[in-house]
Parts: sequence; C-alpha cells; structure tokens
Amino acid sequence: MQRPLLEVKSLKKYFPIKSGILGRKVGHVKAVDDVSFTVNKGEILGIVGESGCGKSTTGKSILRLIEPTEGEITFNGQDITKLNTEELRKLRRDMQIIFQDPYASLNPRHTVEKIIGEPLLVHGMTSKVERSSRVKELLEVVGLSSYHASRYPHQFSGGQRQRIGIARALANNPQLIICDEPVSALDVSVQSQILNLMEKLRDEYHLTYLFIAHDLSVVKHISDRVGVMYLGRMVELTTKDKLYEEPKHPYTQALLSAVPDPDPDIKKERIILKGDVPSPENPPTGCAFHTRCPHAMDICKQKRPEFQAVENYHFVACHLYQDGVQ
Amino acid sequence: MGTSKIKKHAEQQANPMNLEEIELEEQEAISPWKDTFKRLRKNRFAIIGFTIILFFILLGLLAPVLSSYTYEEQNLANRLHPPSEEYWLGADHIGRDIFTRIAYGARVSLQVGFFAVTGALVFGTLLGILAGYFGRWIDMLISRIFDILLAFPSILLAIAIVAILGPSLENALIAIAIVNIPIFGRLVRSKVISLREEEYIMAAKAQGMKSGRILFHHILPNSIAPIIVQATLSFGTAILEAAALGFLGLGVQPPTPEWGQMLADSRDFIQLAPWTLFAPGISIMLVVLGFNLIGDGLRDALDPKMKH
Repeated sequence: MQRPLLEVKSLKKYFPIKSGILGRKVGHVKAVDDVSFTVNKGEILGIVGESGCGKSTTGKSILRLIEPTEGEITFNGQDITKLNTEELRKLRRDMQIIFQDPYASLNPRHTVEKIIGEPLLVHGMTSKVERSSRVKELLEVVGLSSYHASRYPHQFSGGQRQRIGIARALANNPQLIICDEPVSALDVSVQSQILNLMEKLRDEYHLTYLFIAHDLSVVKHISDRVGVMYLGRMVELTTKDKLYEEPKHPYTQALLSAVPDPDPDIKKERIILKGDVPSPENPPTGCAFHTRCPHAMDICKQKRPEFQAVENYHFVACHLYQDGVQ
Repeated sequence: MGTSKIKKHAEQQANPMNLEEIELEEQEAISPWKDTFKRLRKNRFAIIGFTIILFFILLGLLAPVLSSYTYEEQNLANRLHPPSEEYWLGADHIGRDIFTRIAYGARVSLQVGFFAVTGALVFGTLLGILAGYFGRWIDMLISRIFDILLAFPSILLAIAIVAILGPSLENALIAIAIVNIPIFGRLVRSKVISLREEEYIMAAKAQGMKSGRILFHHILPNSIAPIIVQATLSFGTAILEAAALGFLGLGVQPPTPEWGQMLADSRDFIQLAPWTLFAPGISIMLVVLGFNLIGDGLRDALDPKMKH
C-alpha cells in the first residue's frame, strides 16, 4: 500500500483562557484533543461534527494557520510542524485551503485578477503576461469567464465568489486542499453546483481533499471516507458506506438518526440525546460522550476509550467495542 | 422552513437554468475608489469644503498677482486704515495691506497643514502597523509612547518642542507633526488589529505570502479609508495649532505673515480697528471648516454602511 499523503498523529490544540489584568492563564479550551487520521492520495476524507467540535481548528492546524499545541503532521513524508517559516511558506504551494465564508475570504479591495494571481506571484511566476493568462485559464476551469478578471468581489454572488476562492486555491496546482465548510454559507441550489465542480476538479487534477462540513448529506455526497468528531476528539472513522449503513459509535448513530428522510412514510427511530454538549474547557472524564450516551457504562467515566480499528478500516473510540467488553 | 423549500423548488422548476449562472450583462469593473468618488461628488457639504480650500489654495498661489503690495510694505500714514478700495481688508497697525498678508499667510498655513499632517501620517501609520500586526512587546512599547504623548495637552507639548528646537516655521511644523503622530498611530493600530482577524488575511497567509506583503498589500489598503478621513480632519487642527503657536510668537518669525501671528499683533486694537482681527480670524475658521466638511464627506463616501 502506498504511503498516505497526509498523516496526522495525536494533534492537539489548546487555547489558553486568560483572565485578570495580568493575563494569567486560568485554563484551556481543548479545541482539538488528540486527533489522529490519515488521508490517502486522491481520496476525499470528510470530517463531520457539530459546531464547536474542533473540525475547523483541525483543518487550520494542519496548515499551521493556527499553530498546533502538540502532535505530528506528516505531509509527503515531511513533518511540517518542524518546518521554519520560509520552508512552510514554500510548502503552501502544495497544500491549500478553501474557506467557509466567500464574503469574508476575498480581499474587497483587490480585483479577481489580483486575488487569483497573487499566489502565483509569491511562488515565483513573475511575468505579468503569464500570470494573466493563467488567471483567465483558472477562471474558465471553475466555470467563470475570463472577462471577470477585472472585477471586484462585491460584484459577484456567493456561489461565484466561492468559485473564485476555489480558483485561488488551485492556482499553484496543489496536491491537498483543505475545504473548510466550503458550501455551508451557500444556497442549497448553489451547493450542489459547487460540490459537483469540486468533484470534477478532483478527477481532472488528481487532488486530495480534506472536506470539513456539518451537513451529513453533503459529506455523504462527496466523501470516500468519513470521520466523526465530538468535543475535539475523533470518535469514528470509516468508509462512507460503512458509516452510513452501520454506524458503531453511539454518537454517530444519534447524529445519523437526525438526518431527515425525503420519504414521509418511512418511520424512523430517532435517538434523542439528552443535555447539551459539555464545555471543551472542562470536558468530561473518560469518554467525552459518556454524559449523553444511552449506553454509558462505568468504565466510560474513568477511562478514555482508545481510537482503534474494530474491523478493517473501521476505527471507533468507544468502550462498547474495546477488547473484552464486547 | 417548509414553505420556503417548496418555493425554491418551484422557482427552480420554472427556471431550469440556475439563477447564479445567468450572466446579466457585461458589467464594468466597479472599483471601490471609483465608487467613493461618485458618492463624494453627490455630497453637497463636501463640495462646499472643497470650494473653500480651493479658494485659499488659489489665493496663496496667486498672491503676487492679486495684490499690488508686498506683505512687508509699510505705510505708516495709513495705520489701521479701514477697508477701502485701496486696502480691500484694511491696513494693520504699521500700515501693511491686510489682504496681501492674508494671501501670503494662506501659503504658510496650508504648507504647515500639509507637511505636519504628512509627517504625522507617515510615522503614525508605520508605528501603528508595527504595533497592531506584531503585537506583544512591540505593541506594548509603541502604545505606551503614544499614551505618554497623548497625556500632554497638545499645545503644551508643541510649545515644549518648539522651545527646545527654537522658534521657526520648520520647528513649528515638526512640533505639530509629533503631536499628531499618536492620533494616527492609535487609529491605524486598532484598524490593523481588527483586520488581522479577517479571513482574507488568513487566506493570504495560507497562499504563502510574507508578512511584508500581507501588511502593505492587504492590511494597509483596507485601513486607508479612516486614515484619509483623519488626515483631512487633522489638516484643520494642524492649522489651528500653527496659528496658536504663531499667536504665541513661536511659529513663523516676522515679517513673514502668519494668520495666528496677525491675530496676536492686532489684539491690542480690537476696539479701535476690529477689521484687523476679522480677516485672519475668519480665514482660520474658514480653512478649518473647509477641511472638516471634506473630512465628514469622505467618511460618508468611504464607508457607506456607517450612514443612517
């Protein structure tokens, strides 16, 4: 088997909570708490979870847009947490990001030409003519027209802006693109267009996506494998079909039961979770989910379940499936 | 929820080509600057402000043409002469033509305003950017210097600086620039701090841009609007401060005419010949008013969201 393109090992990001005039640290928000996974070349790995569960922080930590507190991130065999600023800057050509909000992620004072052309410039394409023709080519690739290049972001709709964001990410032919909820800010009708475009681009340019979303049906549509996060931890990770057919973790089961079915006659059993998501500042001991889990046992309060394979390619962090208990 | 979904569905049915894909027409690129200019032209007060300033600029430039006197030409027989055909705005206590002195004084005042504001703007912006972008101890150091400068009443600080450097036009200019540095610095710092968190700045970082490029191509162009507004407003205060220094004899040295100094000279004759005070006083007021009108107009034009 070939080596994975991206390997994340026990990634942690703790944000300090400061208080008082002296800025004393009084605690941590454990936004990402020991998350490990791999992304293979050419696949689309979806990451789902409620808002605040640390999906976006995970994505941005992988690019070191947020400095991770701990952990190893191996990209193409290179541990990028050890790179210095200049090495990291060069590497950014190979790993890109598409942001959630197309209204906030484009500089309002730059033309589309400058927005898409700037990453080319900073990675060594100094000829203006060359850049301009590449920008026009990219605009066509993402379904806009070359004459859009001279316009400003405020002249475009949300979907069109997201296309510009995609073109910018594609500019330097990256290998990996982290998609941080790229369609959640868009109209439902536009979402599918952008998703189809992204799939098409993946096939054409042999891209690899880490696709972060909170919409289960979006992730189902586009992903090959899916990881589920809860309170800064990865609770389940497996292929799309397995996850949607036979979810193992009680949280995944509850999450999937909440997806509405288009057929009104189908009777579904909804698992309603009690209470709220606990604060990541002070997560429950043991398994973070035990406070709301319908199957909680004594051991869940004491010991944090390991994230391990229970079947081929099916990873779960739950005591129900740990050795001996089952 | 339910109805809106149905509606959307119906819309899509009626409109198989999606709305997003329909290109309305080949619109022109509307740059934010062009847009601002358009709005500014519609602002009546800003136009009045521009007219006033233009008037004084022309007055200063054309001073030798407009007047047959020179600003230092004395005619003691006509001391405190009231306004007449000969002396449009009257003559002062040693018989110099006030109109001529006002016209030449416009040169001094506008010069002081321009150079003092430019100096304050350049240094204030640089310091503000450094403090805002790099934060931590750099911010601590620069912000405390600003606090110290702001703790003095500005005119007192200016007097102190001029007292150290010696009274002259250049030194008054430097003093006024220094007094205004923290005003620009704090403004830019706060703007940079809020912009630093914008997603497009993170995007620029993700593209692999260096700090210098992010600062000067992304953060600075987006913070320029409040800087321009502040610069126009500071133009007015700088001229006022210059007049105050002139009034105290710490600015331009005689016989070069300066409005503040003219006020000081005529102060003793307020009952005998009030016109000697009117001309410089009204000139100062008009110029400051003009710049404030432009500043207000620019603020509305640059940030249409603020209005209403």
